[in-house]
Amino acid sequence: MRHAGIDIGSRSIELVVIEDGKVVVSRQSESGYNPVERVHELIADISFDKVMATGYGRASLEIAFDYPTITEIKAYGTGAAALHPGVRGILDIGGQDTKVISLNENGKVFKFEMNDKCAAGTGKFLELMEASLGYQQNTLGLEALKGQEGIEINSMCAVFAESEVTSLLAKGCLRADIALAVHQSVCRRAVGMIKRQDLKTPILFAGGVANNVCMIHLLKQTLGDDLIIPTSPQFVGAYGAAVLAGFL
Amino acid sequence: MADYTKMWTDLGLNLDNHDALLENLGGAYQSIFMLQEHRPEGMGYFDFVMSEAHGLRIQELRDEQEAGRKIIGSFCVFVPEELVLAAGCTSVGLCAGADFAQEEVEKVLPRNTCSLIKSFFGFKLGKVCPYMEVSDLIVGENTCDGKKKSFEIFSQMVPNFFQMDLPQNKAPMARKLLKHEYEAFVAKLEEMTGKRIGVEDLKQGIATVNAKRNALARLSKLRMANPSPISGLDALLINQIAFLDNPVRFTEKVNVLCDELELLVKENKGVKVENAPRVVISGCPMAIPNWKVPAVIEATGAVIVGEESCIGERGQRNTTDDSADTVDGLIDAVVDRYFKIDCAVFTPNQERVEHIKEMAKNTNADGVIHYGLQFCQPYIMESFSVEKSLEKDGVSVLRLETDYSQEDMGQLSTRVEAFVEIIK
Repeated sequence: MRHAGIDIGSRSIELVVIEDGKVVVSRQSESGYNPVERVHELIADISFDKVMATGYGRASLEIAFDYPTITEIKAYGTGAAALHPGVRGILDIGGQDTKVISLNENGKVFKFEMNDKCAAGTGKFLELMEASLGYQQNTLGLEALKGQEGIEINSMCAVFAESEVTSLLAKGCLRADIALAVHQSVCRRAVGMIKRQDLKTPILFAGGVANNVCMIHLLKQTLGDDLIIPTSPQFVGAYGAAVLAGFL
Repeated sequence: MADYTKMWTDLGLNLDNHDALLENLGGAYQSIFMLQEHRPEGMGYFDFVMSEAHGLRIQELRDEQEAGRKIIGSFCVFVPEELVLAAGCTSVGLCAGADFAQEEVEKVLPRNTCSLIKSFFGFKLGKVCPYMEVSDLIVGENTCDGKKKSFEIFSQMVPNFFQMDLPQNKAPMARKLLKHEYEAFVAKLEEMTGKRIGVEDLKQGIATVNAKRNALARLSKLRMANPSPISGLDALLINQIAFLDNPVRFTEKVNVLCDELELLVKENKGVKVENAPRVVISGCPMAIPNWKVPAVIEATGAVIVGEESCIGERGQRNTTDDSADTVDGLIDAVVDRYFKIDCAVFTPNQERVEHIKEMAKNTNADGVIHYGLQFCQPYIMESFSVEKSLEKDGVSVLRLETDYSQEDMGQLSTRVEAFVEIIK
């Protein structure tokens, strides 16, 4: 039996197919302006017996393909517990939201928190900061590691933070230092959410931002070695959905 | 609905705005209420009241005015309907459950004001609330800072405004303040009607309101059945209509509905599938037509079995003792009844947490969803301790913070769905 999981996020779509417990397909695409069309392309040449959709665009798949759906909270919980048995917490920083999820001893979700309705402290925020600082795509984390500590960015709002960055640049601050400060502000917020929920360890760091080396570095400074970085942090939700498809 | 254009014009409503509002409301009502399955027949009356909320009901109020009754509009469950009725007046709750004329509102209020306050300003500035326009007196009460400061501005917009102070704690001095304010309110009503309130008037007013609260308590009790015979949306609607309808007729219709629900419970018939996840909502009030969060919750298949809210248990629990035989004694009884309300403006307010726990237990709830309106400090501050205290007792809690806009529906749905996945 082949079970597929599709996670439609705000920035990217992931597809995972598992067969006999092994991942046989894993694909990714940008969500773009027509995510349903992208899903069509992603699944065009593959076959599966059961499927489960998750992510913020899951409802569109329910409408377009009549796929069963599950929330990304449950998908990430299931995926994390299946990939790393014994994991007790998940920090997921995606394109448009941040989630902190608590799992019990059996790997079941029992508590979660999501950020408010804006993109404060998410992948989108980091992308905007990357552009404001004139860095190439996907280099912000690496560049930030070269920065020196000392600057503090207080604004979590992408709009206000941008003007904060502009004035720091005008003051003559080095952009690598500013980049580091941007990561520190995102990290503070994430750690705040983790502390508020009293998350148990080990914690799995998932979502696109878990590919960012500076974020990993900063989070490990605070949380220690109890932070697990999966090999494909963006696929945890799709993997969880595929596992859940098996129970249909 | 008959043609009420002349009445609306006479009341000074802005007809274009009003048409737009009614069209929106009608559409929302259809999709949220009329498409529900297994609705009890007794809801027909409440659907009718809603369809005529701006028509026939306003006509009735105008007829009462013709006959010499005064209409008293208010925003809060601290304004005692018993006293209003005793004075031979009619009490109506004013509209505060939808965004309207936001640009106009933000000319007079800061943006970071809660939706409920912005809403009644919007209804006033957009001239779309016939209840506000038909009222002979509007009562504002000093609950939260937002309301009391905004009333300084609002009072300038209406011809006849009465400001009622409220205590902030439950000390003996605070009770004295409440009594003083209720006596001042009685004096204001007497001045308007030119009549003194007597013992019999008070007893009658208390009897009418007690009967209404008993009917609502009966409804709450029937919802404890599993499966619940009525949706949370319909129960909320009834609680909302309690503020608009004629109290005697309303009581009769709630009791008729409860007779039907009793039969449904006996036959084990529920409004949702058996063992549907059961949720209690707790927090800020949901005024008409604020149905957003309950609609999101029940769309997941869960059923709401109680509202710990002013428009719900907090506002309606406890009746007034009518055994005293002096005016002063009966006013004391009214004060005693209202002094028990555990609004989040009070400090400390431990009774509220205990009440939420009690409700969750009595209704066999699988979880509690705390509903906070953005910028409502009292309830949002309490939400943290409510969450901690309930979780300590093993009750799952989801804290939501939202406003009247529709833009966060996706995020809300995800949170609520995930919560329902956890509790089921």
